[in-house]
Amino acid sequence: MTIEAPGSVVFQNVRKQFGVFVAIPDLSLTIEPGTLVTLLGPSGCGKTTTLRMLAGLEHPTSGRILIGGKDVTMLPANERDVSMVFQSYALFPHMTALGNVAYGLESSGLKRKEARERAEDGLALVGLAGMGQRLPAELSGGQQQRVAVARALVLEPQVLLLDEPLSNLDARLRRRVRTEIRELQQRLGFTAVYVTHDQDEALAVSDQIVVMQDGGIAQQGAPRDLYELPASAFIADFMGEANVVACDIISVEGGDATIRVEQLTHRVPGRDIRPGPAKLAVRPNAITLKPASDAAFGGRITHAAYLGDHVEYEVKTAAGTLFVVDPAVERAISPSTEVAIGFKERGIAIISA
Amino acid sequence: MRKHRNRRLDIALALGFAAFVALPWYRIDGGFFGFGWLANFPGDPAVAPGLLQIAAYGRWWLIVPVLLLVLAAAARVTQDPMRRGSLLAYAGAAGIGFLALQGLAIGFSGWTWTVSETLFGPLADGQLSMGAGAVLAALLFVLIFAFGLAERGALKGDAFIVGAISILVFLVTVFVFYPIGSMMVGAFQDFDGSFNPEGFGRNIVDPSIWSLDCLIGAGRCGVAWRTFWLAVMTASGSTLLGLAFALVATRTGFRFKKSLRLLTVLPIITPPFVVGLALTLLFGRSGVVTEAVSAMLGVEPGRWLYGLTGIWIAQVLSFTPISFLVLIGVVEGVSPSMEEASQTLKADRWRTFWHISLPLMKPGLANAFLIGFIESMADFGNPLVLGGSHGVLSTEIFFAVVGSQNDPSRAAVLAIVLLCFTLTAFLAQRLWLSGKNYATVTGKGDSGAHAALPRSVSIGVHALVIPWAMFTLLVYGMILVGGFVKTWGLDNSLTLEHYAQAFSVEFRDGSLAWTGVAWNSFWTTMEIALISAPLTAAVGLLTAYLIVRQRFAGRELFEFALMMSFAIPGTVIGISYIMAFNLPPIEMTGSALILIACFVFRNMPVGVRGGVAAMSQLDRSLDEASLTLRADSFRTIRKIILPLLRPAITAALVYSFVRAITSISAVIFLVSAEYNMATSYIVGLVENGEYGVAIAYSSMLILVMVAVIGGFQLLVGERRLRRENRIQSVAAVPASIHQEKTA
Ligand SMILES: Nc1ncnc2c1ncn2[C@@H]1O[C@H](COP(=O)(O)OP(=O)(O)O)[C@@H](O)[C@H]1O
Ligand SMILES: [Mg+2]
Repeated sequence: MTIEAPGSVVFQNVRKQFGVFVAIPDLSLTIEPGTLVTLLGPSGCGKTTTLRMLAGLEHPTSGRILIGGKDVTMLPANERDVSMVFQSYALFPHMTALGNVAYGLESSGLKRKEARERAEDGLALVGLAGMGQRLPAELSGGQQQRVAVARALVLEPQVLLLDEPLSNLDARLRRRVRTEIRELQQRLGFTAVYVTHDQDEALAVSDQIVVMQDGGIAQQGAPRDLYELPASAFIADFMGEANVVACDIISVEGGDATIRVEQLTHRVPGRDIRPGPAKLAVRPNAITLKPASDAAFGGRITHAAYLGDHVEYEVKTAAGTLFVVDPAVERAISPSTEVAIGFKERGIAIISA
Repeated sequence: MRKHRNRRLDIALALGFAAFVALPWYRIDGGFFGFGWLANFPGDPAVAPGLLQIAAYGRWWLIVPVLLLVLAAAARVTQDPMRRGSLLAYAGAAGIGFLALQGLAIGFSGWTWTVSETLFGPLADGQLSMGAGAVLAALLFVLIFAFGLAERGALKGDAFIVGAISILVFLVTVFVFYPIGSMMVGAFQDFDGSFNPEGFGRNIVDPSIWSLDCLIGAGRCGVAWRTFWLAVMTASGSTLLGLAFALVATRTGFRFKKSLRLLTVLPIITPPFVVGLALTLLFGRSGVVTEAVSAMLGVEPGRWLYGLTGIWIAQVLSFTPISFLVLIGVVEGVSPSMEEASQTLKADRWRTFWHISLPLMKPGLANAFLIGFIESMADFGNPLVLGGSHGVLSTEIFFAVVGSQNDPSRAAVLAIVLLCFTLTAFLAQRLWLSGKNYATVTGKGDSGAHAALPRSVSIGVHALVIPWAMFTLLVYGMILVGGFVKTWGLDNSLTLEHYAQAFSVEFRDGSLAWTGVAWNSFWTTMEIALISAPLTAAVGLLTAYLIVRQRFAGRELFEFALMMSFAIPGTVIGISYIMAFNLPPIEMTGSALILIACFVFRNMPVGVRGGVAAMSQLDRSLDEASLTLRADSFRTIRKIILPLLRPAITAALVYSFVRAITSISAVIFLVSAEYNMATSYIVGLVENGEYGVAIAYSSMLILVMVAVIGGFQLLVGERRLRRENRIQSVAAVPASIHQEKTA
């Protein structure tokens, strides 16, 4: 099975209100065909609402939605060429796994027999061949999840929607299933919109990540860009912990800027910026510590925690308290030690706010 | 998709034009389904279709709906979807509005209102009541209206949902609000329908309704006050007893706790007058107990039972189980941890009960009181059997139309008074009590044990419960045995005579002849109950689905209005139905249809309640998943929701079936010689003093209902989804439905 024509998705100035409450003020977003795009953001930021508008389960208050170039804004859910994997899976408890997977095919008008055959194929695709006769209650959580994916995929939709598909699985299973979903997406080539609030998950599966905040888009880009070049303190913090420190931009040449934090100067990537005071996001693992009592930019360790494969430090400096992760467990530094602070090549970014 | 929209619209338009061309527009005297009209169709003015009525018989005003239909057809070819939607919606709304208006404005002999006569000049000819054509046209205008709204994107553009809501609102308006409205108007009308406030003015101040003479010792109080007083007494009595039963059933080590709960089934399967009947056999003038006492003490047998005292006893007997059922929930809902907390704070059992448990139950008690109040106000059967002609509001209403007085205006005024009482109680229950429920069922599995009752309370409740339970058993035993005794009091020998008279069958000429007097009404009852039960369940559950799953403007108002129809006493429904459906535009009296409509719209709120409870437990994402899997909402209901709601459906079916068999208050106004129902037939027997046959027939009905309920219980009991607990609790719904019984 392959998806014939993966569809693009376009939101044009979409606004969604629930009564007087504005959940999405003004959203414009383009998703390329055949990519897996993650909507990432804290709980309540409007991810599910965005996804449901795409599915046709909510209708926008204003604006347009296009799928595969076609305006679907007014179309009811059952007439759209998308399908969805629900957070709770929403498997029909009174139907077998096979019945669940065949349901959408039968709804689209396929003959019962053909629908069943294609449903068998769908189950085989997610590794559940031969389990078709079980009721959902007789399947494990992971198996239920796969039935839900198969049920959505057999319809060969232009776009597959997944709303926190892993949130009901235990941590160990999560890692495996997300890889499976990504492989399936790359193999079959469908467009997928994937909602999650977990940045690890987003980084692991996405072609593109859209970080949402208060119903709007805070930043959109490839996983690496978002991690390394966060556009704001919010994103820097959300994409993994970050220290935000004040800095001065001394000069800008080409794509690089020279900045200074206290007595330390450093070169970081930076476009479209001008010299002057700014903020810097520094990843905890982008900081080096060396015991030294008279460093130019130094601090004192106030707290150290040994966590097996790395050590976490809190360092008090003139620029504020820094959170540092150091993989070098063999030379752990004890609290109250004076240290010299340095920055690594990657993991440092200028943020606008 | 566009194709889809056009197809449904084409069908609606085609049917709409068919309504004007292929069906008799007006009501057929011999009944539409007799098909006698086919012989004269279409030439005869009595059976002619709408178009011919316009062209040949001077009903020029019917041209307006035809033009509106043409407008809708024009919308069919409009390109812009928004414009097209608006056109359809306007055409539909105008069509319904105009049909209703012309039906009300033009009666048998021309204009009904003088305003229109002066405006438009006199009409040559009036018109009959609406017939198949008119009804079909009205329904299609409703659908066209709904399609228009759906195309404008209402309710996510789901035409089925918009259509269902529109049709429901339309039906509820026709069968609930229109009759009640007609009744209110009827209070100001003469027999011929002309405006005459004299009757209203005379009745509303009538001392026989409002007199407070009894307070100053100068005679009887008015019927309104007597009814009110009775309702307060009944509500107090049944709440107190219900609480005692609930405490015994949940807080003591009473040996027969389980069987106490069986009591709660009784009011459902007992036709409301049967308790009164049994009391008559025990304590009436020639009752067993009366005879025995007068023989022993040598006193004259008294008539004390016939009047408020007797009605009160019968009502407390009838409604205590309902109150019991409501209060079990309340008593169990008081969190044990609160009582334990109280005890660790050095309060003894009495203090805990008095200061913690009881106050926590207060809102529940008030609720039970109001339910008892409404039940008593609405009760018709017991006052009819025990009250004679000096009864309560509900019986006075009845005698105002069937008796020698025949004063519809008086009946309407009395009905309005009764309605005000029950609606006030209902509003109090809804507005004042809502949000005051401290009973805490957290679902967290509150551990801990309920505090035992203080000794004095424990003794008290046992002293109430045991005798009353025995008394109830005696009364119900009486119902079962009563039919086998020749003449109670006079000749207590056993006989099968009554059963034979009611239910005999004979073989004549090789075929079965139903010779018993009861068969006719029995089969009618079964037929009507069997037709109305599925309709009731369908309408009720569809409404529940719309209320729970759809968000539409006025949803809360819609739900509230529906629930309010609970508080409309059957007598009021009965009187309003005969006032509304006896004259154009809609004439249904004397038909089976009016009985079915009455049952469907009277019992529907129960289906709604049960459905809402059950549906709230179904995860909404199940429907949404079905929608994203290309199923439309109709298929979703059929394939996903209905199968998962099976227990609620069964409960609604059983309940509406049983209610159709047992109810009397509305039915007694609506039966006809052709369609007589069991309960009204039995009441007739009672009025003739044929107690034996009456009670034999009643116990037969009870047996039939026990068999039906038992049968369904067996069917449903076996259906469970393996290891699936999400919907198992739905099976508990039938129990909650009991609470909704209103006589
Ligand atoms: N049906 C609704 N009615 C009212 N408010 C809603 C509804 N659905 C979502 N919201 C609100 O919209 C906001 C965004 O919700 P949602 O999209 O579910 O967030 P999340 O990003 O966690 O998925 C939240 O504040 C939520 O309370
Ligand atoms: Mg969400």
